Amino acid sequence: MTVASDEVRVRIASDDDIVTARQEGRRLSAGLGFSSTDLTLIATAISEVARNIRVFAGEGQVQIRPVHERGREGIVVVARDKGPGIADIERAMQDGYSTRGSFGLGLPGARRLMDEFDIRSRPGKGVTVTMKKWALGGG
Amino acid sequence: MAVPILKQGDYLIASIQAALSDSDVLRLRDDLLDRAGSLRSKGIIVDVTALDVMDSFAARSLRGIAHMANLRGARTVMVGIQPEVAFAMVQLGLNLEGVHTALDLEEGLRFLDGLTKEPRDGRE
Ligand SMILES: Nc1ncnc2c1ncn2[C@@H]1O[C@H](COP(=O)(O)OP(=O)(O)O)[C@@H](O)[C@H]1O
Ligand SMILES: [Mg+2]
Repeated sequence: MTVASDEVRVRIASDDDIVTARQEGRRLSAGLGFSSTDLTLIATAISEVARNIRVFAGEGQVQIRPVHERGREGIVVVARDKGPGIADIERAMQDGYSTRGSFGLGLPGARRLMDEFDIRSRPGKGVTVTMKKWALGGG
Repeated sequence: MAVPILKQGDYLIASIQAALSDSDVLRLRDDLLDRAGSLRSKGIIVDVTALDVMDSFAARSLRGIAHMANLRGARTVMVGIQPEVAFAMVQLGLNLEGVHTALDLEEGLRFLDGLTKEPRDGRE
């Protein structure tokens, strides 16, 4: 884990790192005026994208930092890996779609848990998920 | 972080104390099913009050415990799901289909007693 000013980076290479990432996300967000419900939503979304890194790419990184934009305060989470990538993002974002016989709710669920969600991937080049949530209903 | 499992009469009570990693969740599953089998438990209570997050992996695993235990004659109740955690589960789209839930330990115990101790009406 690396901390540069108020930014946190958690390397994801084991399942303990998934727990560390979501706890760091909660801790950082707690200083930004999020409700306790929001903290749990953020931690849950981080848990899902961090697990995807672990399961599908083996390793990667979750970066969490505060954002200030147009008078709003929030948090941005960037989950990045250099794994196999996703060939059909539209499908991967559908509820219930999983290539490993799991629930297939991680990506679409994380999108619902956060206020903004962006996913980019190129086959063979990994996946980058960027998600934001705004504090105090400022979204 | 291992989850302590206590035996109380015919039941097993697993009280999650802190955040669980995926391997902790799988260990809990294996430990519970082992002990429920060797002790011939009739009921299992999983107390998730202290769980920070119920994500799709935890939900899938806990549901798996309930289904497997049920096949071996033990009923599972999950108690103590916190309001924020419940809200996050709904947003994620998770359901605990087939898993009985109760507000707290007392209510969970009452539920299991109702299933395992009440006289049958003979028409089950
Ligand atoms: N980081 C990733 N790298 C490669 N594929 C991924 C990644 N994240 C998600 N996917 C693909 O998208 C699908 C849907 O992901 P998700 O909604 O989290 O469901 P699940 O993890 O239950 O399969 C996965 O089954 C997988 O095929
Ligand atoms: Mg997933």
